[in-house]
Amino acid sequence: MKLDDAVAVVLFFGVTAYALFGGADFGAGFWDLIAGGAERGAEPRAVIDHSLAPIWEANHVWLIFCLVVLWSAFPRAFASITLTLFVPLALAALGIVLRGASFAFRKSVFRTRDRRNFGAAFATSSVLVPYCMGAVAGAIASGRVPPGGKAGDTWSSWINPTSIVGGVLAVAVCSYLAAVYLTADSKRRGNLAMERYFRIRAIAAAVVAGIVAFIGIFVFHHDAPYLFHGLLSRALPLVIVSALCGIGSLVLLVRGAGGVVRVLAAGAVASVVIGWGVAQWPYLLPTSLKVSQGAAPSGTLWAMLVVFAAAAVVIIPSLALLYVLDQKSLLPGEEDVDAPAPLTSAP
Amino acid sequence: MHLLAVNPLPWARSQMAFTLAFHIVLVPLGVSWAAMALIANYRAIKHDDSDALLLAQRWSKYMAVTFAVGAVTGTVLSFEFGLLWPRFMGRWGDAFGIPFAVEGLFFFLEAIFVAIYIYGWRRLKPWPHFWTGVPIVIAGVGGSTSVVAANAWMNEPSGFTLNAAGKIVKVDPIGVIFNKAMPFEAAHMVIAAYIVGGFLVASVYAFGMLRGRRDRYHRLGFIIPFTLAAIFTPIQLVVGDQLAAWVYRHEPQKFAAIELVPKTRSNAPETILGFLNSKNEVVAGVRIPGVASILSDPTSGTATVVKGRNAFPANDQPSRAEANVVHLAWDTMVGLGTLLFLISVWYGLSWWRRRDYPKSKWFLRVGAVTGVLSVIALEAGWVVTEVGRQPWVVRNYMRVGDAVTADTGVWVTFLVVLALYAGLGVTTILVLRGLSRRYRGQTGAWDETDVPYGPNDGPGPGGATTSHPEGVGAR
Ligand code: HDD
Ligand code: HEM
Ligand code: HEM
Repeated sequence: MKLDDAVAVVLFFGVTAYALFGGADFGAGFWDLIAGGAERGAEPRAVIDHSLAPIWEANHVWLIFCLVVLWSAFPRAFASITLTLFVPLALAALGIVLRGASFAFRKSVFRTRDRRNFGAAFATSSVLVPYCMGAVAGAIASGRVPPGGKAGDTWSSWINPTSIVGGVLAVAVCSYLAAVYLTADSKRRGNLAMERYFRIRAIAAAVVAGIVAFIGIFVFHHDAPYLFHGLLSRALPLVIVSALCGIGSLVLLVRGAGGVVRVLAAGAVASVVIGWGVAQWPYLLPTSLKVSQGAAPSGTLWAMLVVFAAAAVVIIPSLALLYVLDQKSLLPGEEDVDAPAPLTSAP
Repeated sequence: MHLLAVNPLPWARSQMAFTLAFHIVLVPLGVSWAAMALIANYRAIKHDDSDALLLAQRWSKYMAVTFAVGAVTGTVLSFEFGLLWPRFMGRWGDAFGIPFAVEGLFFFLEAIFVAIYIYGWRRLKPWPHFWTGVPIVIAGVGGSTSVVAANAWMNEPSGFTLNAAGKIVKVDPIGVIFNKAMPFEAAHMVIAAYIVGGFLVASVYAFGMLRGRRDRYHRLGFIIPFTLAAIFTPIQLVVGDQLAAWVYRHEPQKFAAIELVPKTRSNAPETILGFLNSKNEVVAGVRIPGVASILSDPTSGTATVVKGRNAFPANDQPSRAEANVVHLAWDTMVGLGTLLFLISVWYGLSWWRRRDYPKSKWFLRVGAVTGVLSVIALEAGWVVTEVGRQPWVVRNYMRVGDAVTADTGVWVTFLVVLALYAGLGVTTILVLRGLSRRYRGQTGAWDETDVPYGPNDGPGPGGATTSHPEGVGAR
């Protein structure tokens, strides 16, 4: 494998990790958004808070990882992408601020009204951000980003059929992942009512995601032909794996089984994301800029690989530690530590 | 959109400066607060000190908030590199990006262990839990060092080869990261992070003590961070002096603005305040003869020649207005640095003589403002660096005007960002205050049920393994 290919693989590894971990976080925000009024939604929101609190920040560093690798290893493509997709990227950045901050704030305030406001900001932006990211992916995959640090159209680059499918699919997939993870979490905590609650939602999200993906195929046929042909040739095995995992997880969900579902769901999502990469191979920006044309000099590429190796040695075990501690309930949420006793004098 | 097509350059600059200036206030807390919490944590375990334990635990909760805000505002900065300066990134990303990749590693480490440390109080055993805090401290230093390496690279670009068309064809990552400006700048920033973080946290407790809350808990909450910051102030003066000498040698245009030197000369005076008028003369302010020359190179003393603004083409150095800004910012930083040093000396003398901090009410009053003063010094330092580099974004290679985005809608994002961050800043403070009031309102309850490492009802392996006293007492 050539050096630039290797870095492209690393980049896609990051994108996949962000989809799996960051995506589940966003999805949890979606369920928070539609959980209903303060009373009805209290329990699912508590489960969501509990599951997200210790891990959301680490999950989002994957985004930083992707950005950094992209701008160092493929700077010209990065410049084209940011010039063209200024609007959805700016929206995503603002959404990330709103989301992260209001999630942290919600955990630290104790009046219902404050909680509700922060909660609303958290949840709305959790939908906005993945939509924008999906739209950006659609813009790239459908060849709407020109090469050479030039700007494409400000609006039609991301308001177009492929981007809309990308955005909706991203929201659906995130919700699906989140619901599956939350089902497993509730089960682990012995909360049967919530297990059922999220299981039903996981099934619904899986069906929606499947339908959107199916429609997507037709849309791509017209709107993103290179992607379409890639998906049906080079990336076909991955598409099939994804479909099988998706259907498998659906069957297991309906039958109420736990554990493995998470693996299948993650497999379904990961293979779609990787499938996207394989389908547009060897292009970074189909069909105008190949990976090999857009790559930085070898010194930079080596630096990326070395950093990635260091991450594999240091970060992945640390992440594993975090997730294991979390799964063993050794990182109890704050609400265990101090029950939110409403304090009349609080501001 | 055409009606509203506004030149993006000033807006992009304002947005970059504003968001960076916001982020940089949170950075010191991210870098040094964990160290303070660990000092308290260590005391708590080693000496069975329940006040220290409570401090460490509460600090870690405040950290959860400031860390989150630091993380999201940092993420915005990463987006902005592309959104505001795509031509800069497109041309220099191959080199400039490398330190950020290293930074990414440290951020990962920091985010992971912050989570473990903050959420691990109850169920992890004391010492293992303590150790999960150590990577945060390392990552804080490593992370800020790498970001500053990127900034230093903009001042002193190196580690790359250009072809005739000006495109980077070869990159030497080590040369990029360890550019010549990096060691002093990074050291200066990390020390600044400890100074600012320490004084900021100490201020809060000084304020509390002025309000009459003079229990041991507040004393400790003041002494630990204040001592840490006070230790670093003299070191910062030395490092800052070295950094200035470095700027004198390598960035003479910036230096001429810093010291406000219109014409090349020896025996250059140190001008305090004052500004350049439209005839390029220094007016107002106080001049101390020879001092700028002596500080630039003590070995040659007043004979040291300082290059003036007349030595460089007008469009290759900061404009007159910019030079005035740089100079004012410089005076602010150095003035406040000296003041903070004197305050630290006061504190140090008192410890030396009486094993306690100065018992005067005035000392607490001063202590309560050190936080704000050190933040101002920090911001001023960045203004010196950034505005002093003008008109270059990559010194001698790329001008800011050539780096900016073509998107004419930047003014919109700037206004949105302004509003959003104003809300974010106010809310952060309100939430932190709310937390603190709530803790104060609790008389013991929180402490009894929640003594970390305390009696544990959960099944986890990190059982109750503590000898800490029950009921830490009312606050
Ligand atoms: C608590 C904060 C603080 C304090 C007390 C000082 N500084 Fe500073 N200074 C900074 C915080 C800072 C900073 C914000 O961190 C900067 C911006 C870039 C950098 O590396 O550090 C900086 C930049 C900076 C620069 C510009 C470097 C460049 O552009 O490459 C110089 C020459 C100095 N400092 C020198 C000093 C001196 C001589 C000080 C002693 C009185 C001093 N600083 C105190
Ligand atoms: C002197 C300048 C800077 C220093 C010393 C610095 C340091 C830090 C530190 C220590 C953190 C950890 C979070 C916290 O504790 O608040 C952080 C967060 C962050 N910073 Fe900055 N930063 C600087 C400027 C920048 C710039 C210019 C960028 C743009 C690329 C940036 C990007 C980030 C990102 C992406 C995060 C979030 C990381 C996470 O998710 O944990 N920072 N910064
Ligand atoms: C956190 C402290 C910082 C502050 C307060 C700050 C401040 C500023 C200011 C005032 C400008 C606009 C300059 C002008 O007047 O035209 C600017 C621009 C910029 N800064 Fe910084 N800066 C900081 C740190 C950094 C760091 C750590 C980096 C990169 C690693 C960075 C990268 C840039 C870039 C790319 C620009 C735009 C181009 C330019 O105007 O030079 N800054 N910053």
